[in-house]
Amino acid sequence: MARNKEALVFLLDVGPSMCGVLQEVENICSTLVHKKLVYSRSDEIGVVLFGTKETCNELAKELGGYKHVVVARDIKVVDEGTTHALQNLPRGTSPGDFLDAIVVGLDMMIRKFGNAKGKQRLCLITDAQHPLRDPPQGTKEDQVNTIADQMKKHEIKMDCIVFRESGVCHNAVMDENDQLLYHFRERSVAKVVQVDSPTSLLGALRTRNVLPVTVFRGDLEVSSNFKIKVWAYKKTSEEKFPTLKKYSDKAPASDKFASHEVKVDYEYKSVLEPNMVVPPDQRIKGYLYGPQVVPISSAEWEAVKFKPEKGVKLLGFADRSSILRHHFMKDVFSFVPEPGNTRSSVAVSALARAMDEMSKVAILRCVWRQGQGNVALGVLTPNISSVKNVPDSFYLNILPFAEDIREFQFRSFSNLPSSSRPTEEQQEAADKLVKMLDLAPAGREEILKPDFTPNPMLERFYSFLDLKSKQPDAKVPPVDKCLKRIMEPDPDVVDYQAPLIKNLGNSFELKENPKKRKARTQDRLTYAGADDQSKLSKESSAKQIGVMGILYPPTEMVGEIGDHNPVQDFEAMLAQRSSPAWVQKAIDEMLKYTTALLQNSREGDDHQKALECVVALRKACIIEQEPKEFNVFLTDLYERFRTVDVATFFQLLCSKNVSLIHKEEAPDSDVTEEMARSFYLKPEPSSQ
Amino acid sequence: MDLDPEGIFRDDSDEEDDSVQEREANKEMVVYLIDASPKMFTPAGLNQTDEMEETHFHTIVNCITQSLKTQIVGRSYDEVAICFFNTKEKKNLQDLAGVYVYNVSDREPLDRPDARLIKEFSSIQDSFMSNIGSRYGITSGYRENTLHNALWVAQALLRKGSVKTVSKRILIFTNEDDPFGGITGAVKTDMIRTTIQRARDAQDLGLSIELLPLSRPDEKFNMSLFYADLIGLEGDEIAQYLPSSGEKLEDMTNQLKKRMMKKRKVKTLAFAIINDVCIEVNSYALVRQTTPGAITWLDSISNLPLKAERSFICNDTGALLQDPQKRFQLYHDKIVKFSVRELADVKRVSSHHLRLLGFKPLDCLKDYHNLRPSTFIYPSDEQIVGSTRVFVALHSSMLRLGRFALAFYGNPTRPQLVALVAQEEVTSSGGQIEPPGMHMIYLPYSDDVRYPEEVHMTSGDALRATDEQIKKASDLLRRIDLKNFSVCQFANPALQRHYGILEALALGEDEMPDVNDETLPDAEGLSRH
Repeated sequence: MARNKEALVFLLDVGPSMCGVLQEVENICSTLVHKKLVYSRSDEIGVVLFGTKETCNELAKELGGYKHVVVARDIKVVDEGTTHALQNLPRGTSPGDFLDAIVVGLDMMIRKFGNAKGKQRLCLITDAQHPLRDPPQGTKEDQVNTIADQMKKHEIKMDCIVFRESGVCHNAVMDENDQLLYHFRERSVAKVVQVDSPTSLLGALRTRNVLPVTVFRGDLEVSSNFKIKVWAYKKTSEEKFPTLKKYSDKAPASDKFASHEVKVDYEYKSVLEPNMVVPPDQRIKGYLYGPQVVPISSAEWEAVKFKPEKGVKLLGFADRSSILRHHFMKDVFSFVPEPGNTRSSVAVSALARAMDEMSKVAILRCVWRQGQGNVALGVLTPNISSVKNVPDSFYLNILPFAEDIREFQFRSFSNLPSSSRPTEEQQEAADKLVKMLDLAPAGREEILKPDFTPNPMLERFYSFLDLKSKQPDAKVPPVDKCLKRIMEPDPDVVDYQAPLIKNLGNSFELKENPKKRKARTQDRLTYAGADDQSKLSKESSAKQIGVMGILYPPTEMVGEIGDHNPVQDFEAMLAQRSSPAWVQKAIDEMLKYTTALLQNSREGDDHQKALECVVALRKACIIEQEPKEFNVFLTDLYERFRTVDVATFFQLLCSKNVSLIHKEEAPDSDVTEEMARSFYLKPEPSSQ
Repeated sequence: MDLDPEGIFRDDSDEEDDSVQEREANKEMVVYLIDASPKMFTPAGLNQTDEMEETHFHTIVNCITQSLKTQIVGRSYDEVAICFFNTKEKKNLQDLAGVYVYNVSDREPLDRPDARLIKEFSSIQDSFMSNIGSRYGITSGYRENTLHNALWVAQALLRKGSVKTVSKRILIFTNEDDPFGGITGAVKTDMIRTTIQRARDAQDLGLSIELLPLSRPDEKFNMSLFYADLIGLEGDEIAQYLPSSGEKLEDMTNQLKKRMMKKRKVKTLAFAIINDVCIEVNSYALVRQTTPGAITWLDSISNLPLKAERSFICNDTGALLQDPQKRFQLYHDKIVKFSVRELADVKRVSSHHLRLLGFKPLDCLKDYHNLRPSTFIYPSDEQIVGSTRVFVALHSSMLRLGRFALAFYGNPTRPQLVALVAQEEVTSSGGQIEPPGMHMIYLPYSDDVRYPEEVHMTSGDALRATDEQIKKASDLLRRIDLKNFSVCQFANPALQRHYGILEALALGEDEMPDVNDETLPDAEGLSRH
């Protein structure tokens, strides 16, 4: 197996007690597969289910035992079969035995790869609630030791995710099971995480593997005669939305090997002679200094530019309180002692622990590579390890330079007019809210801990990608229920605190500023949208959905213009006119929809639909006396599209007499009847 | 144009989307109106016997020079005019007495700052008395109203550009709180009336007039004598205009510098506390990486700028395309197509800008919970009256209870979990150091966090320092202690060098500047330990 290729076997507990979260288990495993299909096409995956009614695995056939363990899929290169094996997991009937599953998974790995080196990983998801069967000889711990030895020998690692819903009573069986899993960790072959909510379960598994790469290896120079060998890695790094390629539909349908890619080409042309292309060797970089452009060749620049020496130097230690949290500038680095270096490990540990005890931080100047054109200023903070076989280390955050800080002045809260200061009663309501809306309650795991919170946008994209690969016309699905918990308050907490929340709402009075009523920013719409949502749901379904629904009406209540009956949707939105902003929202949605329709229209296939939309919009804008809105839209549309292939759409509009709204129709309009009539007759730019 | 072609400032983080918005927000045009009366040239400190002591005039020249240098780096499209009043000489289009519009060659009076302006203005003191001269402007017997004239000239300078897209400001620097104190009777009443009317007219045209009052520690600048009326302040607004008189001149310089900078908001956000309570906050980028400006490609023969033209070419047929509206992702060797709208829909996961999810103790916010520079939020009642009140109540509860708020920021390009950390106001004699409000810290998701410390797990227990070793380390910490450390104390050496070189080349100087790298540790100091 190639060095960067990975083989992974899922060991999924589908026993009866896991029934409630199998959907999330499916989702998280599927996301992992989806990402592999994009980024690591040659990785291999196997799927083992345990807690099943049936039994189907090699070991059971050969040796007997290993009951209720089913190999749902052998280790194979990822494809549709993999995703399929992870869909609709069977609901098992017997309590799962994770040790059996680990042995089956391990056996599959060893059979397939033997002693071949490569990245091999087991991924166990279980609630570890049920007693394991007793081994034929020795203790369970002996058994774990034997398995760990095998894993070590074959360099196989394991991720264990233990899911136990908050409120589940801990018992002796669970304790024993946890001890066994932690024993794997102590033997340095496994990582164990415990989660207690379905949302955290979705974030408990890294769905994309990134090879850890050092950004720096060398000395942390405390002073000229005290240096510590360290390695620096990224501790956080944002996983980006994938960069999709532009699509070209020019290749003939018969061309099976068409790449459909679009090449973006840049040509540099002289301003004096727009037809002359200036070749690369005749170009020189000009640097802006105010209005001046200063030309400097790369060689000249190289000779004079800032060239610091590679190295990480300590400037000194400072009080923790002298660094404000909001000054952290970027993603974070981790400094670990050089592997295998005893002196470094002890030095890092001693410094980190001393800093921790004394509430100190270290200020560093970092130049990661020779030839780098800048330096970074960083703050080193201790990371005291809580796990015995993980060394102490440091985090490094980048700090701003003097140039990076803008010192804006803001009015002090202490000299606000009394109308902007809360009364005692209001302050009390706020205090209660802060205390009660507690996301780190005693006795359970922190809710929405970043480390276990998946990225809802990426989750949604990958599942949509998979859906679209099967159904090219699929619509963007609504956000998954579990992912909603990341974007909206937890209904359980809210429900529990409903009286309190109501109290806060009552204590504070918020009013729209009457002077700004006409303001039409997107922001205002959002406020108004929120108000309308609550009003709507109060009227329609307050009784069924109860207090929770009133406070957090489902977002589906927001009117949207769909593809089926855009005009009807639009009119329905207009009809819900509980405030002028709602009308505005309807108009905005319609503007967006129509523009998109034209943008994506091919050979005029959507023109009739777009025409209906424009007509409906025009009518609404006359009734609502918003002529400018429509006129600006139509003018923009015309400017934007008239030269491209939807130009025929405007001929259609013209023939139906759909033009600007003029003064006679709406007094607010600054377009005369004559201007409206001649709107489409303006000369084309090409004929000028 | 290419931004930072070498990528040296880029690291791995991409271009900030909010900084782009901020840049486009609006351009600023500002006229600095500097009082040049003899009072401005008297020593500013208490110790008036010391001949070397700095004057208010000197302070202002320094501040403006500094500000121009920052401006040419970060906001070079803003335009600026410098204008003195109470001068002996006059120089202005209206030919009004006592007003001198300062400029350098090849530059409009109100224009973008350039290298020459910065260089010549910074040394204006050497020639000011001989070329421009100082005199008391409004005195009995001399029937000119120099302050009125100055406002008129400034207003005329700011005539260009529409107030819809450009914010226009007049900044008055003076240490005279009673400009009409030297005259009496009907003349005085009349002059005050016309001056205030002139200011009102300017404000009606959308120009904002701000005062940067200066005073010595022993005499207070009294706003209510005249300037409160001129600017149109009422009631408790005057408190915001506390004059810049620090204990030290340094403080004053600092405070002036801060006040000259106009606050630029990035966005107005809706902050849903709970659904019945949705307030309005403005966001500001107080900490952002400053990068060298864009580069332009030039024709090396003529030194004229080149225009980059982008074209889209179909890889299969070589056909020239319009900017394609479809995107695709290879998935499982299959082409999966998306429209731009579908992608936008996928990214739009939440309807609110900011939605409160709950609160956590501050120690839940770990040092590694960070991805990007933070954004500052401050309440606004502009559209939703009562927002400030709710915000202030939450802010004070969070500070008292030691908690931060967890919220979801439904930014359409990058929806993210954020921590809102309440910041208490911090002030010193030099003014505000940390403004009151909340800092929005962008939190990583699970897939953004890595575990490098677990990469090299040992089979047995990892080595830990003994108590004695920790004690030794503690001694070291005490010895190499940076007292009063502040993040603002270091200038970025790469940036300083970059602009130093450009300035030298722009002015045609032969020698390259020597930039001091403040970030190098004090080698001598350290080796002593």
